[in-house]
Formats: sequence, structure tokens, C-alpha cells
Amino acid sequence: MGPQHPATHGVLRLKLVLDGEKVLDCEAVIGYLHRGIEKVVESQDYQQIPPHMDRIDYTAAVSNVLGYVEAVEKLMGVTVPPRAQYLRTLMTELNRLASHLIWLGTHALDIGAMTVFLYAFREREEILKVFEACFGARLTTHAFRIGGLAEDIPPGVLDKVREFTDYFPKRVAEYEQLLTGNRIWMNRTIGVGCISAEDAISFGLTGPSLRGSGVRWDMRRAKPYAAYADMDFEIPIGKNGDTFDRYLVRMEEMRQSNRIIRQALDRLPDGPVRAKVPKVIKPPAGEIYHAIEAPKGVLGYYIVSDGSSKPHRLRVRPPSYFNLAAIKKMIVGSLVADVVAVIGTLDIVLGEIDR
Amino acid sequence: MTLRQLLRKVFLIDFLEGFAITGPYTFKKVYTEQYPKVPAKVPPRFHGAPRLNVDPETGKTLCIACDLCAQACPIGLIEVQRERNAETKRWELKGYTYNAARCMFCNLCAEACPTNALELSQTFEYAVYDMKELYWDKAALEKGPTVVRFTK
Repeated sequence: MGPQHPATHGVLRLKLVLDGEKVLDCEAVIGYLHRGIEKVVESQDYQQIPPHMDRIDYTAAVSNVLGYVEAVEKLMGVTVPPRAQYLRTLMTELNRLASHLIWLGTHALDIGAMTVFLYAFREREEILKVFEACFGARLTTHAFRIGGLAEDIPPGVLDKVREFTDYFPKRVAEYEQLLTGNRIWMNRTIGVGCISAEDAISFGLTGPSLRGSGVRWDMRRAKPYAAYADMDFEIPIGKNGDTFDRYLVRMEEMRQSNRIIRQALDRLPDGPVRAKVPKVIKPPAGEIYHAIEAPKGVLGYYIVSDGSSKPHRLRVRPPSYFNLAAIKKMIVGSLVADVVAVIGTLDIVLGEIDR
Repeated sequence: MTLRQLLRKVFLIDFLEGFAITGPYTFKKVYTEQYPKVPAKVPPRFHGAPRLNVDPETGKTLCIACDLCAQACPIGLIEVQRERNAETKRWELKGYTYNAARCMFCNLCAEACPTNALELSQTFEYAVYDMKELYWDKAALEKGPTVVRFTK
């Protein structure tokens, strides 16, 4: 199955051993989208790296850049102004919504619900318009710079975001009405791709895939970064660890993200958006690991600095790579049609797996 | 299965609930943008085709040939050809090439520019048939790409 299959979300190839319709064995073949980003950035200055980080997980470019710039700031000991922290939180949560909306649309499309795809992309379009107005690009936004943001967001955008947060919960309710009680959706998802909490932890699953199994682990709460320490939100968890539970977890996460955006809007402080950083960034020699909660799970950056203006080594811990590792556990014994559902529920992005 | 669940199943309630959402959209406003027919509007901050600004009064280039944009570019697609003037000891711009085919529109070059000479403009419709046409020199950067509008 794959690498050119509409349901594999990119260039994933799965070697399946079948007995009729039943899956006996499965092996994921990756590497079709390898661009060598980790090697490329070793020859780049620190401030030139964020555009490359955009292209790791291209559905959540803002989160990727946030993880990277925060790692470098931690290494340099830069304190980011509060307004920049809040704007970062706001934009990252908007990006989480955009990423979850892509997941919802494509996942539902794979399983056979075409309408949700169109509705989800309609809402995503509004988020991308906000990014376009603030950062000048829709997908690979290059949103943050080391020390804060490049410039303050333009006037009028915050009103648009507030308007969006007003009607977004109603739209989520619409998706839920289309899917949650629908018997086709329930038959295709309940009991499919089950993984227990112990297995999920041992495979290193993170994000909604882990929380669907009932483990309450979220980097935003466990090790708060940006302005998440001030935010009031809940971490939804599932019970059975099947596709339906992960779906419910992500839907609830969208509502919680909406709440965080609302709080960030209400408490947005005034002030500068960028701390004073030198023109040529030379962090002290040393190493740092910084992890954030990207829409797909824990995204970690490990940077080794030798004191020069270029990193000696930059390693990315991509959530999708570890989530994909559990695919064998989840689909052996089920039917071929369920493979599509499981790939969808893991919410993988191949750009992130291969880098 | 309770009686309630059975009745829901027999009378297709879950599907009817779905139709209650999709049905009214027949009468709502269409969201789709008719792009080539209706030109798309991009916000002022949009990062599109690069442009070298000229002084609106004299028509001379604002570029001071400092080479900062070329150093800021992560890909190294900007080439500034310059020469030091023997009398004034200043750099003089001899030529400027911008490989727009490889640009990833990160805006680092424009942020580095001390005189606002280089800018990523709002133009995004500059598709060409030959990749060589995307090697823009100084004249092409000052003029901007030719936009061909959709006509019936």
C-alpha cells in the first residue's frame, strides 16, 4: 500500500501481509520525503534555520518554529517579552486548530464522510487568512524570530480572531452532529486500532494518540512554555484507546484550544514583541533539549552549540515518527479497510517523519 | 439494544441529523472564491515576488550594495555584484541577480535591508514557462513581473 495512495497521507509505504482481507503483518517503509533538514541546518546561521523548521511539519509550521526558537532562547538565556509570549501562544493554538482541522477533514474523507472535509477546510481557511495577514504566508509562515516576533500583528486581526472564536464552537458542534452519532462512522472507528495505555507509553506515543488511551500527559501542562502557565484549560483523555476515542479527544482539544485563544485575546498585554538579541546569534557552547506540545504530539529539539554562529548538531524529535512506530501493533489482526482508518487516526505527516 | 436505539436505527435518525446540517447550506451564501475570474486580494504583509525599490523622485536605485541580503538568505540565491569606488571609497552596485525559482519567501533578506530597497511585494502571479526566466536581474527586479490576467 503506497507510497502513492490517496489514503496514506503523503508518501508512506506499508508492506502488508494479508490473508484475504485480514492483515497478518505490517511494515512501514519511510524515507521517501527525506530532505536532510537536520544536516542542512548545520551549515546555516541560527536565525536562518526557522524557515527550514517550517518545512518539517508543514501543517503546523508555527508550532515547529516555536519549539526551535524557544530552544535557542533557552540556550542563550533570553527572556521574551510577555506580549510576544501571548501572541506566540495565540498563534500556536490557531495552528493547532488548523492542523486538527486538516486531520478531521482527511480522516473523515478516508472513512467516507466527504462533507466534513469541505466544512473543516472552510474554517481552516479563516485561520490561514489570519496567518497571511500577520506573517505574510499561509502555510510555511516563518512566524517567530529568536527573541520574539518579527513585528507586531497588524490592527484588525485580533477582532477577526475574536469573531472566529465566537462561531468556531458552533462549527465543532456541527462536525460532531455529522459524525459522532453517525452509525457508519461509529462502525468504522469503534474498536479499530486499539492500543492500551502501557503499549502506548512503551512505543513513545505522544499527543492525542497517547491521550486517547487514557494517559493524561500534555507538555503544555507538564512543562509549561510560552504563556501556557497562565492559561486555564483541560486535557481531554479517552478510555479505550481506539480510533473513536482519539477522534473524541481531538474534537475536545479543538474546543479547549478555542478557550486558550479566547483567554490569550482577553489578557493580551501591551509592550514590545521582541527582546534585544544580537544581530549575529552565537549561543554559548553547550547543549539543550526543549520540547513542546505540537498538534501531533511532543516535538523536541536537541541543539548542540559549539559557540559559533551555526549549530554543531540539531536533532528533531518528531511526534509522527514515534506515533507511526505503533502502527503494527494497532492494525495486525484487523481488516484492510481499517488500515486506512488507523493511518488517519495517527495523524502522521511524512515531512516530519523523514525530515 | 434498547427500544430507543432500535427506533433510531429504523427511522434513520442519525442520517437525518446529518442532513439537518448539510441541507440548509443549499440556501446559504457560497464560500468559494472564484479565483482566476475574481482577482485574489492579499494582505499588505504578503511575501510575494521580490522587488528592488527605486527613489520615486530621481528614479535611482535605493540599493547601497551592502550585501546584507545575500548574507541573510538561507539559500544564498541573491548575488550582489559590486565594486569599490576608488574616489569615494563606497561600494557601487554593478549588478543584482535574484533566483526567484528557489526563493522560499522567508522575508529575511527584506528584514536585513537597511534602506528598504529590497522588498517582497504583493504580486504572486508570476508563473513562467521557462525556469530561466525566474533569474531576475536588477532591471527585472525594479520593473516587477508581468502579470497576465485571466480573460475569457
